[in-house]
Amino acid sequence: MDVELFIKQIINSLNTGSIYALVAIGYTMVYGIIRLINFAHGEIMMFGAYFAFIIATSIPVGLPFFVIVLVSMALAALMGILTEKIAYKKLRTAPRISALITAIGMSLFLQNLAQLIFGANPKVMPQVISNEPIMFGNIAVPQVMMYTISMSIGIMILLTLFVKKTRAGKAMRAVSQDKEAAMLMGININGIISLTFAIGSALGALGGIFYSIAYSQVYPTLGVMTGLKAFIAAVFGGIGNIGGAMIGGYAIGFIETMTKGYISSRWSDAIVFGVLILILLFKPSGILGKNVKEKV
Amino acid sequence: MGILERMMSKSEQKKVYKKLSKSSIIINLSVIFVIFIVLNTLINTGVLNRYYSTILVLILVAIIMSTSLNIGTGFLGQLILGHAGFMAIGAYTAALIGIALNDVIVNDFLFISRNLIIFIIAGSGAMFTASIAGLLVGTPALRLRGDYLGIMTLGFGEIVRVIITNLEITNGAQGLMGIPRLMTFPIAFWTTVIVVLIIYLFMSSRHGRAILSIREDEIASESVGINITKYKIMGFVLASLFGGLGGAVFAFQGGFLAPVSFGFIKSVEIFVIVVLGGMGSISGAIIAAIILTFLPELLREFDQYRLLLYSGLLVVTMLFRPQGLMGTKELDPKKQIRKVYRFIKKIIKKDINKGSDL
Repeated sequence: MDVELFIKQIINSLNTGSIYALVAIGYTMVYGIIRLINFAHGEIMMFGAYFAFIIATSIPVGLPFFVIVLVSMALAALMGILTEKIAYKKLRTAPRISALITAIGMSLFLQNLAQLIFGANPKVMPQVISNEPIMFGNIAVPQVMMYTISMSIGIMILLTLFVKKTRAGKAMRAVSQDKEAAMLMGININGIISLTFAIGSALGALGGIFYSIAYSQVYPTLGVMTGLKAFIAAVFGGIGNIGGAMIGGYAIGFIETMTKGYISSRWSDAIVFGVLILILLFKPSGILGKNVKEKV
Repeated sequence: MGILERMMSKSEQKKVYKKLSKSSIIINLSVIFVIFIVLNTLINTGVLNRYYSTILVLILVAIIMSTSLNIGTGFLGQLILGHAGFMAIGAYTAALIGIALNDVIVNDFLFISRNLIIFIIAGSGAMFTASIAGLLVGTPALRLRGDYLGIMTLGFGEIVRVIITNLEITNGAQGLMGIPRLMTFPIAFWTTVIVVLIIYLFMSSRHGRAILSIREDEIASESVGINITKYKIMGFVLASLFGGLGGAVFAFQGGFLAPVSFGFIKSVEIFVIVVLGGMGSISGAIIAAIILTFLPELLREFDQYRLLLYSGLLVVTMLFRPQGLMGTKELDPKKQIRKVYRFIKKIIKKDINKGSDL
């Protein structure tokens, strides 16, 4: 086996894994708080990429990468909050299937909105990060990948600290455990839910931006496949569990890259979905998820 | 919701399918015959050109797809997001059988036209493979609940699409060509009528009521002795079986199949029809299928807005009328006729009264 190629594949899988993990965190956080699979999350990710595209192309001064990223993340966060307020808030007490259908509808709506606004054809994402690769001995690693992997890991550490150590993080955990009890303890539930959507959407947008830079294009259906795979990652790790989403993201990234590299690129999607089905059958609560007994 | 609350709220009273009475059988059948004769003469005399007759068949396909999904989603209460997968399996099976038989069966047999013979054989094949797929997916999947089942069926649909894209016999991403275009309006129409009738009869049987009870409360129905696993699988397989038949009609209509047309979006489109029509209403699914297939054709110029409208409609429906167009009610021609009859009677009476006053 070619060692160099193998190391390259590992780096590739870390890269895709980072993107999946970033997006999967959004799915898992929202699920943890309001028990809803937010299908529109993939579309928020896509809009994040478009925001970055617009900022990078419309402003003639070459803005630094971090400014572009921060502004697009903020816009995506706003969008996430708005989706929740418009579409999901009213359905918090409704049967779960209604909320889920709404999420699917919202996802399609945003996707077609993007198609109307930006057109169906892919747009070329400007090179906001220098495309000169960094050399590690004989192995060339594109700078984008370095950014993706290091920033994702950094942000995940920050997020873990935020959820574990801060007051808002504590409130978030309380709401996800028992909404009514949290409300009685004086926690502003609406605020916490908005915060969750904001963080999730911002991270999703970051994933979308990295994705679009890596493939140097943006298109309206960008969020569909990536979103689905990120979602599989969230289920893999145990939906509702932030650490699980990170592990799941890297696991799915690894499985996908390795099947593409060593088995067949045509079947990689089928294999990833097959993994999803196997997990659902044998451990539906995921690797880190807890088994919840059904109450009568 | 607690059981007490449930018993007390009137809105929870749901339709239970009764055996058809003689008079309503006659009325329903005659309504169906009138519709058929009107549409068929319109097509034969050329008032409705080929474009419209194609749309009519597509509407019929949508009706078969949505009423079949309705068994799983509306009556059984399970979230199924991969119905296009069953449709694809049925469509490709039927198409391959049809291509093989096209040269073998050349003549009409007695009174039965050649097209019908091929369709019956290919359609049965489609139902067979789709129901096998339904059994294979359904048996393990139905242990899952709610959103997890939805995700699993979604994964199944995607896998079917990837497999079709990569197989040689289906001609991969280029699509399968040269399928005999033998679908005529009468064949599609009567296939749809039979499917809807079977679904109605099934729902009014003991098995149908068992399935309805699972939707209302799984634990309660289990405790009164209903074999949940058996009925869930029965409902699921029935849904996939008719889904496959819908695919067969679709295959012989267009003469061309591509894996792209059976993606996640297709599953969602069928799902939207069921939700908008009212989950658990056969006539609701039919009405929604007609509206949602015909409306986009009227709005051809605004094609880019079509899916925006679809999805917006879905969100708005869920927010403001989550029970859909019909809820769990059914449109009953007999009742409608009775209503009209009473209305006319009232007017006549009024007139007579007025007359006596003068």
